[in-house]
Amino acid sequence: MGIPINVKVNGQSYSKEVEPRLLLVHFLRDVLALTGTHVGCDTSSCGACTIHIDGEAAKSCTILAVQVDGAEITTVEGLSPADGSDLHPIQEGFKEEHGLQCGFCTPGMMMASLDLLKRNPNPTESEIRHALEGNYCRCTGYHNIVKSIQHAAKNMGKEVAHG
Amino acid sequence: MGNYIGKSVKRVEDKRFLTGKGRYTDDIVLPGMLHMQIVRSSYAHARVNRIDTSAAKAHADVVAVYTGADIHTDGNIIGVPCGWQVNFKNGDTMKEPPHPLLVKDKVRHMGDAVAIVIAETKEAAKDAAELVVVDYEPLPSVTDVGKAAAAGAPLVHDDVPDNLCFDWELGDKAKTDAAMETAHHITKLDFVNQRVIPNAIEPRAAIGSYDATNDKYTLYTTSQNPHLTRLLLCAFVLGIPEHKVRVVAPDVGGGFGSKIFHYSEEALVIWASNKLQRPIKWNSERSEAFLTDAHGRDHKTSAEMGFDAEGNIVGLRINTLANLGAYLSTFAPAVPTYLHGTLLQGLYTTPAIHIDLKAVFTHTTAVDAYRGAGRPEATFLLERMIDLSAIEMGMDPVELRKKNFIPAFDGVEQEGYITQVALQYDSGDYHPVLDRAVEMVGYEQFRKEQAEARANGRYLGIGFSTYIEACGIAPSAVVGALGARAGLYESAQVRVQPTGSVSVYTGSHSHGQGHETTFAQVVADKLGIPLESVDIIHGDSDAVAFGMGTYGSRSLAVGGSAIMKSIDKVLEKGAKIAAHKLEAAEDDIEYSDGQWTVKGTDKSIGFGDIALTAYVPHDYPANLEPGMDFSSFYDPANFTYPFGAHIAVVEVDPDTGKVDLKRFIAVDDVGNVINPMIVDGQIHGGLAQGIGQALFEGAIYDEEGQLMNGSYMDYTMPRADDLPSFEIDRTVTPCPHNPLGVKGAGEAGCIGSTPAVVNAVVDALAPFGVRDVQMPMTPERVWRAMHNGNGNGKA
Repeated sequence: MGIPINVKVNGQSYSKEVEPRLLLVHFLRDVLALTGTHVGCDTSSCGACTIHIDGEAAKSCTILAVQVDGAEITTVEGLSPADGSDLHPIQEGFKEEHGLQCGFCTPGMMMASLDLLKRNPNPTESEIRHALEGNYCRCTGYHNIVKSIQHAAKNMGKEVAHG
Repeated sequence: MGNYIGKSVKRVEDKRFLTGKGRYTDDIVLPGMLHMQIVRSSYAHARVNRIDTSAAKAHADVVAVYTGADIHTDGNIIGVPCGWQVNFKNGDTMKEPPHPLLVKDKVRHMGDAVAIVIAETKEAAKDAAELVVVDYEPLPSVTDVGKAAAAGAPLVHDDVPDNLCFDWELGDKAKTDAAMETAHHITKLDFVNQRVIPNAIEPRAAIGSYDATNDKYTLYTTSQNPHLTRLLLCAFVLGIPEHKVRVVAPDVGGGFGSKIFHYSEEALVIWASNKLQRPIKWNSERSEAFLTDAHGRDHKTSAEMGFDAEGNIVGLRINTLANLGAYLSTFAPAVPTYLHGTLLQGLYTTPAIHIDLKAVFTHTTAVDAYRGAGRPEATFLLERMIDLSAIEMGMDPVELRKKNFIPAFDGVEQEGYITQVALQYDSGDYHPVLDRAVEMVGYEQFRKEQAEARANGRYLGIGFSTYIEACGIAPSAVVGALGARAGLYESAQVRVQPTGSVSVYTGSHSHGQGHETTFAQVVADKLGIPLESVDIIHGDSDAVAFGMGTYGSRSLAVGGSAIMKSIDKVLEKGAKIAAHKLEAAEDDIEYSDGQWTVKGTDKSIGFGDIALTAYVPHDYPANLEPGMDFSSFYDPANFTYPFGAHIAVVEVDPDTGKVDLKRFIAVDDVGNVINPMIVDGQIHGGLAQGIGQALFEGAIYDEEGQLMNGSYMDYTMPRADDLPSFEIDRTVTPCPHNPLGVKGAGEAGCIGSTPAVVNAVVDALAPFGVRDVQMPMTPERVWRAMHNGNGNGKA
């Protein structure tokens, strides 16, 4: 009954057999125990489950696990070194600007933000707010999330300049 | 001292959330864990004639299917209790019909629980739940509070006539009636404060586990107050001794009130874990959360505000119907009464106030405390009324407010202000917050821009709101007299470890508020030790002695005060040990910066050395116990009363009716501030929710009692591009009756903001003759108000 899939998640390769109806988010959470990706709704509206598939943001509740066969996936757990020694600039931005409160929407929010910064390294406030249309936060009123992304953009810009 | 308090220390809890290592209830997997799916009613009101579970039971991987008949005949399980009793005006006890875990005879709202299916996998449980056949006989239903209170309405509970849970009043009716008789002007408005749905982004979840080896249960649950949940679950639902149940509320993804209450799912997983001798997890899907998380607000009000010829308020007369839903949720009766009626003084010197209120059952999801809980409803009422009065009397809304403000009082030199509605405000200075907000918005300049814009067919509006709230809930004796079935103190244990680091156990619970940082700042400063040496532990009933949890902006005012009491005990004992070690009299010892010093000398000993001495008491005062570990309970002397002034600036598109919130200014006074960054964050989040109610949010039930917008596709909440960046500032009026001088910041934003936005839209539409717009102010409603509501479409 299971369908074999091969995926690379956060740099590690996995070969698994999955039920055809298994959603990617449940594959990540229940099969791979990567519980940093969250489920906040059942209509692909909240964005708490946002991850990257082959470098692009996607809502993992809207994709079947079998659809990512052969893909490379990054989740929140893959943003910084596994030993927690260093934070990714987007994580740093959220910490410095208090872009999170309960933390539940945060992984998806950061993955969506990164996608924006890849396409647009120096977004305006309005561009940031539009880019977050697919992600709900109920704690922060988005105010500090916008600042967090601006903070990250500045530091990622520096990295590029130096790199 | 003073390294941390008042500074925007970055949050210590952030790292786990940022790296995906947060541990929420649904992240927890226990060995052998089963999954529970709940079969829920698709009718608002129906007789349950028969439940056929045979096909579900036969489904692969299904372990058990239970109905109400299985559960309510097991022992003496009645259902989940209500934690607050309000009496009828005539003294009779409120009507308190049972709230069963699973219904046996009748469903009373869409989503009422009928059966549970427990299976090896989540998928199997869901599949099998579809196979449970329930023979429903649909009955007439009523969801609107006005219709439910009317004669001949369908009854929610057969033994509750007129669906009336209780009637209630507060204030002096005769005095108010007399004041209104002589009033020069009376402003009247009938309005609805619509039902909103809290929608913490983490849906509720619960895991019940039973360990037969020591006859002990563990409940992991998405709760704002694990100890209260344990108390209710043990003493009132399942009859299990409390020492046999551990309740853990791990990381919780937002609450906003909706996770205060003890829900039936918590009892179901615990009950079934014993039946099946295996752990059982339930996690709510979003559509299920919409139907079962307690909702907020839902008042229908007729208000009258009377003025003398100079614009002084002379009386306020209120009639309110409050929708309770189908069952009484944990704190439901308190919300429209003691958290609403008591706040009708607001910031004004109104000399006569009376509220008459009816609390009514309907065929809807239970209504209980949602961010602000009663206080937003009171503020909305007052601030809409005073704005409308300004329009009707041709006065400026800022001037009218200021004319009626209670004069400043600090609660020390000047006594606290005694209201007409049973409270004594602690301290307040109301003009500066409004003055500052007016300055920030540039009021005079705005009026010029508004006039120019109107001349060009653009409709700008400005809306004001000033508010007060009662937080730091609450003195136990007071709330006991008002019907609370619990005390509302808090506990704290400060355990100094032998090497001088400190573990603090608090009964408060953090689900976004940042207690692990703020509380650590307080402890580190008061003990003069590094922040890194302090850990804040919360949310586990086996670790923390007791707790009343987090709601009503009470954590720092009450929980923080309990910590302060334990710190005092640590310092007192430390001084005794230091006096012994330094060979000085205890009176000659003083403490500062982590050192006990003999006054006027350079003889001193550090915090770590004293801690070690307490645990290795070789050279030690006679008759002093070893160890350094102190518990305290703090019962507040009064509520705390934060206040503030909010201003919204909007532009209404005359073609579409869409409201563009252009600016939002908030100046709040929450007393002393420990971490400005965190307090600002609390204000931001509250603003978004309050603005959300004004512009976007509202539950919609159809005639059959179906919740029409029970999903994120249909229920609109503010997204990032719906809001501006907020402009905020604060004044500081310390609370005079708690050791930190703090008042609480969690709800302020949500309380003040809603009427400011409505007032702004009404101001924008003034050229159309509009005096009110029902919330949520959708483009359609605004457009209709301009064209045929009370305007004619022509400016």
